[in-house]
Amino acid sequence: MSAAGRRVLVGLLAAGAGFAALAAVGLPAFYESFLYLIFSWIALATSWSFLSGYAGYFSFGHGAFFGTGMYTTAALTTMFGLPFLATMPLAGLLAAALAAGIGAVVFRVKRLRGELFGLLTLAVGFVLATIVLNTRIDGGPGVYLSAVPLPRLLASPTGTLYLLGLALAIATVGAAYAISHSRLGLGLYAIHDDEDVAELKGVPTLSYKLIAFALSAGVAGVAGSIHAMYVSYVTVGETFSITVPLYVVLMSVLGGARHWLGPAVGATIIASSLYVFTGGQQAVLGRALVALVLIVVILVLPEGIVPTILTRWRAWRPRPAEVFAAPAPAPVVAAPAAALACQDVWRSFGGIQALRGVSLGVAPGEIVALVGPNGSGKTTLINVISGYYAADRGRVTLGTETLTERPAHEIARLGVGRTHQIPRPFAHFTALDNVALAATFGPGRCPPRQARAEGQEWLSFTGLGRRAAALPHELNLHERKFLELARALAARPRLILLDEVLSGLNPAEIASAVRLIRQIRERGVAILFVEHLMRAVLELSDRVVVLNEGEVIAAGPPHEAMRAERVIEVYLGKAHVA
Amino acid sequence: MPSLTLLGQAVVSGLLAGGIYGLLALGLSLSWGLLRLVNLAHFALALLGAYLTYQVGTAFGMPPWLAALAIVPAFFLLGMAFHAVFTYFRVTELTSLLVTFGVTVILESLIQWFWTADYRRYETAYATASTRVGPLFVPTLEMLACLTAAGLAVATWAWLRFTYVGKALRASAEDPAIAAAFGVNHRAQAFLLSGVSAAYAGIAGAFIALISTLAPSQIWAWIGVVFAVVIIGGLANPIGALLAGLLIGVSESLTMAVVTPAWAPLVSFSVLIVILIARPGRV
Repeated sequence: MSAAGRRVLVGLLAAGAGFAALAAVGLPAFYESFLYLIFSWIALATSWSFLSGYAGYFSFGHGAFFGTGMYTTAALTTMFGLPFLATMPLAGLLAAALAAGIGAVVFRVKRLRGELFGLLTLAVGFVLATIVLNTRIDGGPGVYLSAVPLPRLLASPTGTLYLLGLALAIATVGAAYAISHSRLGLGLYAIHDDEDVAELKGVPTLSYKLIAFALSAGVAGVAGSIHAMYVSYVTVGETFSITVPLYVVLMSVLGGARHWLGPAVGATIIASSLYVFTGGQQAVLGRALVALVLIVVILVLPEGIVPTILTRWRAWRPRPAEVFAAPAPAPVVAAPAAALACQDVWRSFGGIQALRGVSLGVAPGEIVALVGPNGSGKTTLINVISGYYAADRGRVTLGTETLTERPAHEIARLGVGRTHQIPRPFAHFTALDNVALAATFGPGRCPPRQARAEGQEWLSFTGLGRRAAALPHELNLHERKFLELARALAARPRLILLDEVLSGLNPAEIASAVRLIRQIRERGVAILFVEHLMRAVLELSDRVVVLNEGEVIAAGPPHEAMRAERVIEVYLGKAHVA
Repeated sequence: MPSLTLLGQAVVSGLLAGGIYGLLALGLSLSWGLLRLVNLAHFALALLGAYLTYQVGTAFGMPPWLAALAIVPAFFLLGMAFHAVFTYFRVTELTSLLVTFGVTVILESLIQWFWTADYRRYETAYATASTRVGPLFVPTLEMLACLTAAGLAVATWAWLRFTYVGKALRASAEDPAIAAAFGVNHRAQAFLLSGVSAAYAGIAGAFIALISTLAPSQIWAWIGVVFAVVIIGGLANPIGALLAGLLIGVSESLTMAVVTPAWAPLVSFSVLIVILIARPGRV
C-alpha cells in the first residue's frame, strides 16, 4: 500500500472511531438520527459514483437498488421471520444481482449512449414499484417493521442504526478510495474518456462496467436494508420516489463524481441543508431549491467542488515533478515473437463489401506495408485484426492463438498493439498516464508503479520525455501521433499495427519516426503499417501488400509489388500501364 | 377470455391513449434526434400546459381552445428561452438530461405549490360525449386528440422531409461541421425546433387537461412510457413516434382488459427490453 493510501486508511478509521465513541458516550437521539441520515446519503452517493462517476454512465436507478434493499429486509423479516442482520447481506446481494442482470442486457446494446443508459435505469424504478405494489411483497398498504427486533449494539435503537450507518459510510468511502486507485478504477476512468480505445488497450470494458454496477447497487441495497429499519414503515410511494436518484446525482456532481471523496462531501452539504426544510409546503420549496442548485452546479462547476479545490491548491503550491531515472535506450520486449496470419478475411458494412477474402502474413521482425487507394479496406483490416470489428468470415491468428471471435481486450492482451489514424488519447489522462494504462492492461500486466516507470521510458524513446505531465489537448499533432506510438509500444506488443502514423508530419519528423519503427523491428516485433507516403513505404518495408476494393491485388518486395500492372492501373489508370 | 366487444373496445381506447403518447413523444423525439438534447422537462411543460388550461377554463371560464391559443405561442417562446440557456452553457447530450431533470423537479414543485398535490378534474359539458361505431364507443375528445397527434406527426414528417429548414436540421444532426460549411445556419434552426417542440408540449397539455385527471406526480408516470415510445419509434422520426405510441397504447390497454390494470405500466418496458435484446444495434 502506498503512503497516501495508508494515510487515507488511518484517517477513515480515526473518523469512524471518533463518531463511534461519540455515540457510546451518549448523543441526543436527534443528533443520532441527523448523523445517521448523513451517513446513509454518503454511502449512497459514494456508491453511485463507482459506475456513474468513474466510468461516466449516469444511472438514475440508484433508488431502485436502494428500494430493493428496503423491501428485501421488509419482506424477509416480516414474512419469513429472518433476523434483521441476516437480511442485510441478502439485500446487498439481491440488489447487486439485479444490477448485473440489467447491465448484462443494456450494456449489450451497441454504442449504448450515456443518456440512453440513464433513461433505462430510470425505468427500472418504475418497473420495480409496479411489481412490488402488485405482489405479496407489499400489495398496497405498505409493510410495518416496528415488530422486527433490532440487535442492541447500543442502548437505544437510534444509536444502533447510527453505528450501522457509520460503518457502511466508512466502508464505502474506503472502497471508493481503493477502487479509484486500483486497476479497476484505472479501467473505469479510461472507459469514461474513450471506451473503444480502452477496450483496444486491453481493458475488459464489459466486465468492469458490470462489476462497478453490481458493487454500486450492492452498497445501495445494504443502505436500503438499514433504512427499512430506520423508517420502520415501508411504502412503495416513499421508497421508489424520485428523491433518491435525484439526490445521489446532485450530491456526487456537486462534490465531484470522479473523485473518491467528492460524493461524500456533496452528500454532507446537501443532507445537512435539507434538514432546514422539513414537512409540508416547505419540503416542496426545499426540493425545488435542491433542483435549482443541481442546475447551477452542472452549468458552472461541471467538475465538482473537491476536484476544483484540488486544482486550485496544486496551482497555488506547485509540487516538484516526479523524478525518473535517466531513460534507458528502450525497454526489452519480453513476450516471445509470433507471426500474424490472416486467412480469407471477409467483412461487409450493409451493402458495402469492405474486405473480400484478404490473406496475408507478417513474420516476427518483418515490416509489411499495407497500401491501396482510399476505401480499399486497409483500416478495416486493421480494425478486424485488433478486434474492433468482427470478421464475417475467415481467420486471423497470431502465433498459435486465434484472434477472430475474441473480444478486443483479449486480443490486446495476446500482444496486438495499434495506433489510430487520428490520435485518440484519453482526454483526462496525462501523457504518462495514457502510456502507463497501456502497460497496465497490455500483455505485461505491469503493476501501477512499474507501469509508470516503463511509461516514462517509452515516452523518452519516442522523444516525449519532457511532456510526461501534459494533458493531450496541450500536445500538438506530431506529439499526439508519437503518444499513440508510445502507448502502443508500452503494451509490449508482439504485433504492432500502425495506421498512417506518418501522415501530416514534416520531413524531419518522418525521418525520426522511420528510425523509431526500425528500432521496434529490431526487437522482433511484427509490424503491419498502413501508409500513403510512398517514400517511407519503399524505405521501410520488407514486403508490400496492395489492397484494392477489399482484395489483395499484389504482394511482394516493395519495388516489385508497386510495379505490378494491376497496381499501376489502380493508382494511375489504364493508360499508364506500360 | 373477455368478449370480442370488450377486446375491440380495448383496442379503440388503446389507440386513443396511444395518440397522446405519440403526441408527447413527438416533441421529445425531435429535440433528442435533431438537437442531441434529451429534454426531460418536456413532460413537466406538458403538465404545466394542462394545469394552465384547467386554470383558464375553471377560474376565468374561457373555452379550452382559447387557452390553447395563448399557451402554444407562449410555450414556443419558453422553448426558445430554454434553448438560449442550453447554448450559452454549451450543454451536451448527457448534461441536458441532468439539467432538464432539475427543471422538471422545479416545475413539479411549482405546480404542487400553486395547485397542491390533490387531483384536479376539468369538467366540461362535452367531456363525456362520444360517437357510437357499431358496438363500440369512441369518446369524441380523445378521438380529436388522436387525430391532432396524427396530423402533427404527418405535418412534421413532411416539414423535415421536404422543406429547406427540415433538410438543414437533419443535415446538422448528421454532421454539424459539414452542414455549417454548406451554409446551414444551425443556431437559428435549433431555436425554431426548440420552440416547436415546446409548443407541441403545450398542445398535448391542453388535451391532457380535457381528458384526464391532473396530479403533479403524473410527470414521472409518463417519463418511462414515453421514452420507451421515442426509442421504439426511432429518434427524429415523427411517424415512427406516432406508430410506436399507438403500439404501446394498444398493448397496455389489452393488458388491462385481459390481465389486470395494475400491470399495465410494465408493458412498455417489456416491449422496449424485448426490442433491445432482439436487436441490440437498433437504437
